[in-house]
Amino acid sequence: MAFINIKNKEVQVKIVYYGTGRGGKTTNLEYINTKYRHRIKTEMVSLKTHGDRTLFFDFLPFDIGQIKGYEVKIQLYTVPGQVKYNATRKLVLKGVDGIVFVADAMKEQRESNIHSLNQLHENLKSYNLDLFKIPFVMQYNKMDLKNSDIPVLPVEILQKDLNSRLRAPAFEASALNGGNVAVTLKKIISLTMASIQKELL
Amino acid sequence: MNYGFVNQDQLENIDKALKKDLIDIGVECVMLIDMAGNTIAKCDNGKCTVDTYAFAALAAGNYATVDAMAKLVGETEFSLLFHKGEKASIHFSKVNNDLLLITMFNRELSLGFLRLKVVELIEKIRNICGQSKNDNT
Repeated sequence: MAFINIKNKEVQVKIVYYGTGRGGKTTNLEYINTKYRHRIKTEMVSLKTHGDRTLFFDFLPFDIGQIKGYEVKIQLYTVPGQVKYNATRKLVLKGVDGIVFVADAMKEQRESNIHSLNQLHENLKSYNLDLFKIPFVMQYNKMDLKNSDIPVLPVEILQKDLNSRLRAPAFEASALNGGNVAVTLKKIISLTMASIQKELL
Repeated sequence: MNYGFVNQDQLENIDKALKKDLIDIGVECVMLIDMAGNTIAKCDNGKCTVDTYAFAALAAGNYATVDAMAKLVGETEFSLLFHKGEKASIHFSKVNNDLLLITMFNRELSLGFLRLKVVELIEKIRNICGQSKNDNT
């Protein structure tokens, strides 16, 4: 849960990018870090393996200004996507306020996306959080591959597989080129802030 | 989520206790964080240049990892962690199920003395957030 510091008039909000391995979670944060570098005071922290895969998490904090007199600090995290790292994924979800699910639109990743979303549902349950109630945005990444030879799932299939029950806001994106990265971020920030706004005095 | 710190007075009392019990004995920086990596309170000697937001995120991850390892070897928890460097060292201590106290200090301060002061401080923090010694360890 967001920590609201009454003394310093500051709110710290935790948003986690979740999804299957090599889906583009870290690339989302890297794009945000590059694009908004002038507004980010500190360096992005990445805990990677030697093979450049996320081992624990990426961390990117930045300020979005004031809401109701409180300085809002957004803290973006990614989880490691590889199947074997579920224990660490669960650790990163502790205290989460909002989630972006980065689905890999490549056809061969169809089952992995579904498995990852189901596992997210289970992992949230261990913290008494409900996937259907937490601020949540769906992102269908790698849509730029439509112009290549690599088969990509149509959005209708992705929506049916992943979002037919959740009915969360969903965006087609290309994290590599920055397509809809900022839109996704703005949406999850606004949903998350709306959910914690009632706690602000 | 405010962990019992419901008003400004409590947070000011925490700040005072961090300064009096740790900064004034030579600790460089002390942070009270939650297990999700949020910074609840921090205090330093004016010379500390650490990025405390990144540090809190990493510290919470580090503690959570060690906690998971403890359970794998049949321990309930490892409530205390200590990383020793050539010049700087870091001491982690669990305040309760939600909070961690992290102390950064140099080699001029002895670990034994620091540990005594940390124990006293943790009791003060628990009292400030309305938690008795027997509630949670």
